[in-house]
Order: sequence, then C-alpha cells, then structure tokens
Amino acid sequence: MIALVANPTRAVYAALIATLAIGWALVAFDGGTFTLNDLVGIQQRSAALGIVAVGQTLAILAGSLDLSVAYLISLVSLVAAETMAGQSSNILTAVVVALGVSALVGLVNGVVITKLKVHAFIATLGVALVIRGVLDHLYDGPAGRVPVDFQQLGYARIGPIPVAAILWAAVAAGVWFLLRRTRFGHRVYAVGGDVEVARLSGVRTDRVVIAAHVLCSLCAGVAGLLLASRLGAGAPTVGTDGGYDLESIAAVVLGGTALAGGRGGVAGTVGGVLLLAVLDSVFNQLEVNSFFKDVVRGVVIVVAVAVYARRTGRRAS
Amino acid sequence: MLRMTGIGKSFLGIRVLRGIDLSATAGEVHAVVGENGAGKSTLMKILAGVHQPDEGTVEIGGQIRSFAHPVEAQRAGVAIIYQEFNLLPERSVADNVFLGREPTRRGLVDRAAMDEATSRLLDELDEHSFGPRHLVKDLSVAQQQVVEIVKALSVDARIVVMDEPTAALAEHEVDLLYRLIRRLQGRGIAVLYISHRLREVFDLADRVTVLKDGAHVATVAATDVTTAGLVKMMVGRELDAYFPPRAEESAIGEVLLTVRNGGNGKLDGIDLDLRAGEIVGVAGLQGSGRSSLVKAVFGAEPFTRGEMTPTRPGSVRAGVAAGIGLVTEDRKAEGLALNQSVRDNALLVARAIGHRSRAAVSDLLERVKLAPPRQETEVKYLSGGNQQKVVLAKWLTVSPRVLLFDEPTRGVDVGAKAAIHDLMRELADSGTAILMISSELPELIGMSDRIIVLRDGRVAGHLPAGSAEESVMALAAADGVAA
Repeated sequence: MIALVANPTRAVYAALIATLAIGWALVAFDGGTFTLNDLVGIQQRSAALGIVAVGQTLAILAGSLDLSVAYLISLVSLVAAETMAGQSSNILTAVVVALGVSALVGLVNGVVITKLKVHAFIATLGVALVIRGVLDHLYDGPAGRVPVDFQQLGYARIGPIPVAAILWAAVAAGVWFLLRRTRFGHRVYAVGGDVEVARLSGVRTDRVVIAAHVLCSLCAGVAGLLLASRLGAGAPTVGTDGGYDLESIAAVVLGGTALAGGRGGVAGTVGGVLLLAVLDSVFNQLEVNSFFKDVVRGVVIVVAVAVYARRTGRRAS
Repeated sequence: MLRMTGIGKSFLGIRVLRGIDLSATAGEVHAVVGENGAGKSTLMKILAGVHQPDEGTVEIGGQIRSFAHPVEAQRAGVAIIYQEFNLLPERSVADNVFLGREPTRRGLVDRAAMDEATSRLLDELDEHSFGPRHLVKDLSVAQQQVVEIVKALSVDARIVVMDEPTAALAEHEVDLLYRLIRRLQGRGIAVLYISHRLREVFDLADRVTVLKDGAHVATVAATDVTTAGLVKMMVGRELDAYFPPRAEESAIGEVLLTVRNGGNGKLDGIDLDLRAGEIVGVAGLQGSGRSSLVKAVFGAEPFTRGEMTPTRPGSVRAGVAAGIGLVTEDRKAEGLALNQSVRDNALLVARAIGHRSRAAVSDLLERVKLAPPRQETEVKYLSGGNQQKVVLAKWLTVSPRVLLFDEPTRGVDVGAKAAIHDLMRELADSGTAILMISSELPELIGMSDRIIVLRDGRVAGHLPAGSAEESVMALAAADGVAA
C-alpha cells in the first residue's frame, strides 16, 4: 500500500483497477453485467477528454495551465464543420484551418503569459472570454455540416476498438515520447520545476512555455475535430457542455501531476481520465442519480490530491 | 587563469565594491573571507555574470570577458555553487547535470550517454553512494553538493566558486568535501572558496584574500598569516557607529523566560534566561542554530526536549498570547503581508489573537518613527527600514514581554538602523526582555548587555557586554584563539 501511494502514477492505476473490480461486482450484484462493450464505451466517451487532458498535462507540467480549452473546442468544431460544408473534398483544408486556429490561440496564450507576464489563470481566462464573445456574436446554435466520411472518426471501429480511442492513444503516446525523449520535454520539467534554475542553466524558458501552450491548444483542437465528427456539425456549446476546461485539469491532477508543475506525466493523466470514465460508467449502469455522481467525483479528486500531498509533505520533513 | 582588476559596483547609488583585485591560478584554492556585507557575494556574482561591474575588468585565461548573462560565464568556464543549490528536486541526477545541454542522438535525448557521463564523473569523484538515475530530492545535502560539483565538471569549468559550502554539512561530510576540493585542484581547476570558518581556510587555501566594507584589504599566502592576524584584518575597524547606552545593572529585573536543556533536531542542551530590561545578543556562524533558537523559543519550530517557561513550547499562538514576539530575519516572507496597507500590517498580530489594541495605530507609527506615517500605503512600497518599523509596530500593539529579533537591521539604511536600535533599547528600558541575533558584530557588541555564542546547535560560551569582536569570532568559529 505504501509502495503504491509512493508513486502517484501507480496509485491512480491501482485505484483504476480497484474501481473496475468493485464496479464490476456492484453491477453484477445489481443484476447487470459489465461487458467488453462497456469497456469500449468507456474508451469512446473518454477519448475527447483524454486528448484535452494530455495537452493540459503539458501546460501544467511547464508550470502553467489553460482555461481556454473548452471555448477553443467549440470554436474549432464550428470552424471545421463550416469549412467542410458537407463536402468530403474539404476535409483536409478544414483540418489544417482548424489546427491553425488552435495553434494561434495557443501562441496568444503563451505570449501573453511569458511576455506580458500575466498569470496563466488570468491570461487563459481572458482568452477564453474573447473566444466566447466571438462565438456568442456569430452563432446561436449548431452550424456547418460534417460529411459522412469525416464522421467515421467519431464512430468507426477497427475490430472492437473505436478509431477515437486509437487517436487518443496516439496523441498520448506522442506527448509521452516528447516528454521523455526530447530536449523540449526535459525543459518542460525544468521550467515547471523551477524557472530560475532552468534560466540559470541556459534554458530559454519563455519559448518552452509558449511551445507547451501551442501543443496544449493543438490537442484541444484535435478534440474539437473529434466532437464535430460525432455531432455531424459544429456547436458553440460543445466544449463548455463537456466541461473540458476544469475536467481536464481535474484529470491531470488526479493522475498525480503537481498543479505547480515539474512533476508528473502523461501516464498518470491517462489513468486519471480512465478512472473518471469508469466511475461514470459504473454509475450509469447502476442508474445512480447524476448529482450523487458529481459528489463522488468531487470527493475522489480531493482525496487523491490530499493523499499525494501527504506523501510529499513527509518527504520534505 | 583568473584575474579580476579594479572591480567596482554600486547598487542604487550605494557603493558596495570598490577597486577589488582578485586572481587565481590553475590548481589553486583561493579563499575569500570577510564579514557579512564585506562584498564577497557581490564579487562572486560579478564573476558568475549575475551582476555586471560598473568598473574594472574580468580576465579569464588571458582574455578580457564581460558576461551579460550567467550562461555566458558558464560557457567561459566559471561554475558557481551557491549555498542554495540550483537543482531540480523532482528530476534525476543526470537530468540535473545536463539541464539545458542534453546530449542528443538523431534529435532525441540520449539518456544512455547522459547516465554514462554522469556515472563516470561520479566515479572520478569516488562517489558511489548514488547513481545518475536517483532523484535529487532523495539525496542528502552533501550528495546534492556532489551533484553540483559534477555539473561544474561536466561543463568543463576551469574556475569553481564555492559559497559557504560547509554551512549545511555535518562534520564527517566536511571531510568528504575537502577530498573533493583536492580532486578539483588536482585537475587544474582554480577553486574560489568563500567561508566564515577560518579553520577551513587554513586547511584548504593556498592564498587568502580579505575583503572589508567592499574594499580589498590584503591578499596573503595562507602560510604567512595566523588566525588572529586574519581576524584582525577582517574586523579591525573603528567602532564608529553610535549605539544607545546599555542597561544599568539595577535596571535588569525578574526572569521573564527560561529554557532548561532545550533541544530539537537542530539544537541541543540549550539553557537560557531572559530578564526584563536586558538585551541578550546571540552570535554564531551560519548553520550554528541561531535562527533555530529564536524559532524554538517563539514556538514556530518548537523544542522537542527540555523545559520552557512561561509557555508550553509547541504553539506560536500560545507564545504570542503569553507575550512573545518575533521579528524575523526575512520580513518580506515571514513578517509582513506585502500587498496590504501599513495599517493592516500593524494590526496583524492584535487581530490574530483578538487583542484589543491599547494604542491607536497612528500613535504606534509615531512611536516607531515611520516616515511618512501614511497608514494606507501598501507595505511593499516602503523602504527596508520602514518595513522593519512596521514589523515592530505590529508587535507593539500587543506589548510583548519578550521580543526576539533575528537580524533586526538587515537591509536597512543607516538612519533607520539607529532608530531601530534606539527603539530596542527603549523597549528594554520599559521592561521587555530582548533576544537579538546579529551577524553584524559591531551591532551585536554595541547593543548587547551580554552575548551567547552558539556553535553546532549548542551554547559554546557566554561573553560580557563590550567583548572584542575577535573573541566572539574565535568562540563562534572554535579556532581556540582569543585575540
């Protein structure tokens, strides 16, 4: 138990397995079954949150955070769906434009934080409000149309595995690789761990933070594309309805990444997202009141972080 | 290898260094000594590229260099190991050693090469207690110091500056450090060694440069000078500063606070009596447990052994309620809410313990001579001296019986210094017991009615009022020489 708690990543996976087992038992006791299909359903549901959370992990590890992802997702879904306008031939252009918009938003976030020295919380909140203003002004409901070909992204399966889940896995693997094996990754940890130490070691800290934000926004952009393909159109509320801003931060923290940065990683985040999704799934099977569901999720997140904090506190003393 | 000539530097119009010459040859250990405020740190920061000199030149390997950024100094072969290590606790040893210069292969970080190079350097230093993949946070202070040295070696440093390297080390770890320094020397590296501990200076150094009040006093071969001679060069100055008169014998009253055999992780066997009306000075080197002592008495890092009256050790709140106040060393972090007004800060303690303040804030500010006495100004805009006066006002609201001062005039200008000294004496005269830490010997000696010297967490000795600076230094450094 102590060994499990000593490493947050291991702790979150242990909790995940325990939740699956207990959930399975509860559902069985309730007279239902928890099948492979349900597991696949979990993947399907968690893919969008998972992709956003992986991007959020980068921002948080670098000592920042991004509150603008939810509105960006909505914006990207609309930009993509309108550019496609139901034509398969427009898919490539739409994807490029959508990701271009995402990267630009990330760039603005990063520049405001590093060059104007605005705290990440306020900077990204401000950018979120700007995007909301644009959305509210231009749209009052779903718009654009996604061609059937592109809807495959949201619904198709390869064998039993949804394409969305594969996309999520690819994004997670990519960012994991980036963090573990590239100079950029090492510097993200350094900047998040201690900006001054990083600076005195010759790291160009501003660039690292900006790049982390661009990548974070790109992940949100990919999630926006995925949601557009599911909906068949763009929607100005798809990001905020999903609560992707705070939920992605919660998943990252649940996965053991320090909110102050410098410690944690993608593996924990993936575990955190899955844990939230499994909880969701079990409650759905048990037909639990959705308010109670939120209460449990809230308690789980707080308890998890308290456990990690205890452990860090002991180390420090 | 290194030649610094005529270095001068001013901060905000105050001259902190003038005309300093310092040179070091390959394989030399060159000690730089001087009292606090003599300019050692500033000089080293100029060498490291953290500050830029106003005048003078830095020559490395025969070339004149000027560094706009620490990284440029690093590239020129200067590594500086600060007291506060520049390491990332959550990352591995190898990650820290190669931070900012990770080797790559086909565009990817070559972890194998990092580990191998780190292992090799650790082997060369005969360090086998940890490896390249250990996390820095799991290492002891001495091991972290080794990581810093490995980092210096990995950038091919030719000049290594060590700032008080033994301050945080235990006795047996100091021997290891000596061995490491000998190895650096053997590799032809010039080591600049800053220390207060003269014994170390004589153990290690080939030459010694003495700084005083920002000026160069002398550079001598270590074999040509005695401890007493060195101390004299460091402190020998006129006691020109003014201090208020000491307490009359008859004015010293009852015992307000006693500690018997007090101890905790950093202190051992502490006996202490504080009497009404006296100012007791605490002397000691960095790491001797001075700050731990006041924090223990205050209850912030309480005694775990022994007895203390009147309060149970262990609660800041109980201590404050019993009339014990602490003016901390770091007023910005621990003494003041910087973003709040003078008024809010002055009322901090009174409000915290629900004490109905007897005096109006305006009277208090007048008493501490805050100038101008604006209550609504945010404290962060005040000068160091005025900030310290606000800290004092904060405690005066509750009329403490015992007031602890940790470096009462650090970072305070001369005028405010005299005002704070007067106020301290005034408080003592009105019956408060005062315990004061100061690394400034003239202040310590000028203010104290008696002096307690700490060494390695224990009381090393007691000295009467007006003792010579040399005897305080000797007792604190345990060199066994009384001058």
